[in-house]
Amino acid sequence: MAAEAGKVDPMHQFTIEPMFGTDGWQIGQYNIAFTNSAMWMVIAAFALLIFVAGGLKRELVPGRWQMAVESFTGFIDGLLATNVGPAGRKYIPYMFSLFMFILFANILGMLPLGIIGLHPFTFTSHFSATGVLSVMAFAIVLLVGFAKHKLHFFSLFVPHGTPLVMIPLIFVIELVSFLVRPFSLGLRLFVAMMAGHVLLEVLSGFVINGLNAGIGIGPVVSVLSFILMVAIVALELLVAGIQAYVFALLTSLYLNDAENLH
Amino acid sequence: MPQIAQLSATYASQIFWILLVFGFIFFVIGRGMVPKVMATVEARDKQIAQDLAAAETARKAADAEEEAWRKRESANRAESQAIIAKAKVEAAKEAESRLAEVNAGLGARIAEAEARIAASRDSAMGEIEAVAAEAAEQIVSRIAGISVDQASARKAVQAELTGA
Repeated sequence: MAAEAGKVDPMHQFTIEPMFGTDGWQIGQYNIAFTNSAMWMVIAAFALLIFVAGGLKRELVPGRWQMAVESFTGFIDGLLATNVGPAGRKYIPYMFSLFMFILFANILGMLPLGIIGLHPFTFTSHFSATGVLSVMAFAIVLLVGFAKHKLHFFSLFVPHGTPLVMIPLIFVIELVSFLVRPFSLGLRLFVAMMAGHVLLEVLSGFVINGLNAGIGIGPVVSVLSFILMVAIVALELLVAGIQAYVFALLTSLYLNDAENLH
Repeated sequence: MPQIAQLSATYASQIFWILLVFGFIFFVIGRGMVPKVMATVEARDKQIAQDLAAAETARKAADAEEEAWRKRESANRAESQAIIAKAKVEAAKEAESRLAEVNAGLGARIAEAEARIAASRDSAMGEIEAVAAEAAEQIVSRIAGISVDQASARKAVQAELTGA
């Protein structure tokens, strides 16, 4: 983290490093090294597995853990019911996986494991990871849309009541806004997570450099920066939840387009 | 920015692993576990709805039972009132008839007693007459020396008694 000459490089935390000597793993010409990013994906998956498995007691009167898991499934159920309607129920497994995976990834990336020398890594701050999730959502929208409405799906790009002369122009605008969706969806999550982590890293750099500057204005800066960091960590926890929610919400809205057109 | 600087070196690994891990999450957790959790919730909701419906029907049944009981109760009350009234009337009638009977019996006994008294008085009178007639006969025979027969003496005594 700390680079040469007392400087803290805020971008270093996003570096992807192959782990356990797996640099050479290849499929064809593609390198599939098990990186720190992949490791945190696996950690998030296992944390989620343990979380959901703990809620699988299937008791009539739920305990705390089961209640927590059921509140999350109920939340996804409600999200799809309000945004997609009855047809949305079949997407519950997908939406639950998506929301919980992003949520666990965001929150696990916030863990203060640096204290004990580990390097937490937030793979949702890489657009190569969020892009996969957003492209997947986009692909599902296209598949469902065309499977369900055939070529009528194109009527999505012509809102009701559009004057005849405006249709070509509106069609192009709507098409572009539709095609931008996977990018905006993936980039939003990536940017939000990266910005928060960079900000925390910059402030922690202030704390370190302030303390190193000796007696004077330096420690004051350090203390103020540290107080700000505490507040921003709280904000980042909120952002971690909100971004997972936004990703799931927008995916469900796009699914609504595919299921119900307008 | 490592995200861009390392993109060409790492994109394949990132895509491969996220697809693998997300696939695991989707098929094992999303498809495998979430439906069970949802089924549990649904079963609970159904159970609660059933219990509520059962409680509602039980309440209705209890209401109907109470209504029926109330009707039966008021019918019983009216019936018992009628029985009491009837018993009162009967008792009053019986008392009246017994009173009348007793009255009649008393009247008869009074009449009988009166008759007996009258008879005794008559017989007493008769005896007095007889005694008086005998006494008068003997008095006459002693004083006047005339013997009067019994019948005329009696006649005279009778005239004297009734005249007095």
